[in-house]
Amino acid sequence: MMRVDRSFLVMGLVFALLLAAPFVLPLIGQAYLLNLLIKAMLLAIAAISLDLLIGQGGMLSLGHAAFVAIGAYAAAIGLDSGIENILVLLLIALAVSGLYALVTGALALRTSGIYFLMITLAFGQMTYFTLTSLAPYGGDDGLTLWSLATLFGSDVVQSGGHLYIVILLTLLVTWWGVHRLSNSRFGRVLRAARDNPERTEIIGFSVFRYRLTAYVIAGMIAAVAGLLTVQQAEFVSPALATWQRSGDLLVVVVLGGLGTRNGALFGAFFLVIVEEVLGSFMHEWRLLYGPLLVLMALYARGGLSHLLLPAPKVSDPAKSGAAKTGAHLVNTEQAT
Amino acid sequence: MSVLEIRGLNKHFGAVHVSRDISLSVPEGQCHALIGPNGAGKTTLIHQISGVLRPDAGEIVLAGRNITASAIWQRAQAGLGRTFQLTSILPSFSVLENVALGAQAKDGSSFRFFRPAARERTLNDTAMTTLERLNMAERAHVPAADLSHGERRLLELAIALAGAPRFLLLDEPMAGLGRVESAMLTDILADLRRSIPMLLVEHDMDAIFRLADTVSVLVNGQVVAQGTPDEVRNDPAARAAYLGDSKT
Repeated sequence: MMRVDRSFLVMGLVFALLLAAPFVLPLIGQAYLLNLLIKAMLLAIAAISLDLLIGQGGMLSLGHAAFVAIGAYAAAIGLDSGIENILVLLLIALAVSGLYALVTGALALRTSGIYFLMITLAFGQMTYFTLTSLAPYGGDDGLTLWSLATLFGSDVVQSGGHLYIVILLTLLVTWWGVHRLSNSRFGRVLRAARDNPERTEIIGFSVFRYRLTAYVIAGMIAAVAGLLTVQQAEFVSPALATWQRSGDLLVVVVLGGLGTRNGALFGAFFLVIVEEVLGSFMHEWRLLYGPLLVLMALYARGGLSHLLLPAPKVSDPAKSGAAKTGAHLVNTEQAT
Repeated sequence: MSVLEIRGLNKHFGAVHVSRDISLSVPEGQCHALIGPNGAGKTTLIHQISGVLRPDAGEIVLAGRNITASAIWQRAQAGLGRTFQLTSILPSFSVLENVALGAQAKDGSSFRFFRPAARERTLNDTAMTTLERLNMAERAHVPAADLSHGERRLLELAIALAGAPRFLLLDEPMAGLGRVESAMLTDILADLRRSIPMLLVEHDMDAIFRLADTVSVLVNGQVVAQGTPDEVRNDPAARAAYLGDSKT
């Protein structure tokens, strides 16, 4: 019980700092850092949704960036067609990404494990190449947007307004929503299916339906991150959908700690900060970043979340993560 | 009326005929035991009943509902509770949460996304009552991974019972249990069988003679003898199978 309170406390602190940043940073002449924080928050939103898939659901996707890109392009194409209300664009992004997740998920979820990874990777690449072929919207080069979405004509959802706060609120809602979902009946079935799909099915749950629902929800959350990315970058390009982006999301989730309450958030901030700090004094910063990841993987099992908030005992089911997933399967019955 | 009714079940694995015209029925309040040497096709039959395998021909009717072509989870929803030969639980869940998940399967929709499931009283109460019934209440908050082998077997039964099954399919529930544990589990099943009919696959003959109302002897995928435990005990075909004679 203590641990739960502590992780909420840490979250509260993180959000308080993020809320204070736009007021404090300009005073000390570091306003440019706000862009960095926005980048980290957007990454965190997408990573939280990916953690719902991997950490809670045991669905190792390597195509999650496609959903970010779909959300971004849905917004960009909507804007290009003259739709400016961000709520309408949001509905479009949710509908398109949800439908895409439903179709690709229904196919991908016929498999699991490494095959699921391969299929999601394939769908991700298909998305990437489809976007590069969208000649009216810039093809390879992407599309610069001359007008951005508004909230009923107001610019609060733009960089000149309160985009930072909007993104922070979205992150808060996402974090809280996914946290609630993980502990709900639905989340419990999802975790059960991660640990022992055969048993879950025998108990009376269609593992496929629960996983597909989670896949659609995660895809739609990532699309929201995409929509907000457009508002910040004022630009979309197929690069959003590359598998390297999906890989980054995967690193963030694993680095932060799979299936932990704050892992995706820690991972996102860690990645963005490390990139900025290392990048500031050496061009080939990935030379250091690589070994750092190796060290983290070797010595920080359970991720940053585990380092920062070590659990005294693993009795919280949401905490024990997908790391054990493989081991349980040994216990299940052979199908002969 | 029979709760479980199997008619003319046939299954081939390639050229091997693993289930040959198997028919059996289990009425309300009865325990039907399935015995037979290794490789007789007991597990194949269990898999066809629970939906892991589909029969080539024949019908499986559960509580008046034809489930021959149903998915595994649909059979559970129709009232089939099952335990596994090799223990299958959710090790990262607490004991209580394992059982609450079983209760959840029969308590309305689980497409509920917001309310914390761990605080749902109906689920926890059902789970706790079930655990008390199996004398496991004091282990409720232990991670399932920490249970002993015998406790895991009981937990499996608890998960199945929490779903208020109409019928229980028990695949070697005594496997790996010591003498005392076996006797205890036999007592528990003896209490249960009058309220929940069951099909019991078991090697422990003491348990079978105590629990079973009817016994089917399966040899080479075929039911070679069927009757009360005493009838089967004196049946030449069953004796041949159990004495290890090659049966022709």
